[in-house]
Amino acid sequence: MSQAALPSSAPNSAPRWRWNTYAAPSRFYAMAGLAIPWIWALALILGLAGLWVGFAMAPTDFQQGEAYRIIFIHVPAAWMSMLIYLVLAFWAAWGWMLNARMASMYARALAPTGALFTLLALWTGALWGKPTWGAWWVWDARLSSEFILLLLYLGYIALTEAIDEPRRAAHAGALLALVGAVNIPIIYFSVRWWNTLHQGATISMTAAPKMATTMLWAMLLLTLSFWVYSFAVVWTRARAIVLEQESDSEWVRQLKAGGPKS
Amino acid sequence: MNWNSWHEFLHMGGYGLYVWGSYLVCLALMVLEGWLSARRHAQALRAPELEEDEE
Repeated sequence: MSQAALPSSAPNSAPRWRWNTYAAPSRFYAMAGLAIPWIWALALILGLAGLWVGFAMAPTDFQQGEAYRIIFIHVPAAWMSMLIYLVLAFWAAWGWMLNARMASMYARALAPTGALFTLLALWTGALWGKPTWGAWWVWDARLSSEFILLLLYLGYIALTEAIDEPRRAAHAGALLALVGAVNIPIIYFSVRWWNTLHQGATISMTAAPKMATTMLWAMLLLTLSFWVYSFAVVWTRARAIVLEQESDSEWVRQLKAGGPKS
Repeated sequence: MNWNSWHEFLHMGGYGLYVWGSYLVCLALMVLEGWLSARRHAQALRAPELEEDEE
């Protein structure tokens, strides 16, 4: 018997996997629904491991005392704020150029998480700056460009939410996201290009080798945790956006009629 | 292990306010975002189908 021709929008069909399999909102929705609980669990385990290494194993810094421990979340939050913006700009551009709905929905799902990590990078930076620099905030190049990143995220969210028609919202959002992407290298290289109060790149931290190792591990584990967390929360939001935007499609109707199962 | 007591741990060598102010806000906002995204999905699943009233 030949392969039955399943309708491409059937949520539970098991098609042969292709690179664009999850470009179909229904398939993304089903796959993400299965994966999200495991992703949450992984984020939690990595986070607890990172906190353990960061507080129980990493020693006190000889210059900054215990205040330096803020680095274990400050740097991961700052990295994620930049990474998520680049991923957002990529999917927004992809959705715009190829008119791919799922890519545009995914871009919109990323924005609040990116904004959150930007806010956290600024918040933890302020709480670190006060005891080490004596100031909550200075308008230096690194801090200012990170603040502009927050405005870009908020602008992107406001713009896409203000336009009702999803395709027009995706186009306008993609334009803003692409123009704003110029800011990412500015943030990253700001500590080299300008004379800033902010310290240089963290990865070349000078310290006794053993210290650097546990500190680095704590930071990397929490970076992985934040990264995995982003998948969990962005996929959950993307599933909500799929339901909101595809509410006219047959599979969403069937899903809703079938009662509230994840 | 760096700490001999809970008090010492919470005190963070005098930087307790800054260190815990960072970690607690971070944790609170991440938990909040997780909850909000799950709620948005649950609401989308329950939302009645809208009539085509635009254009």
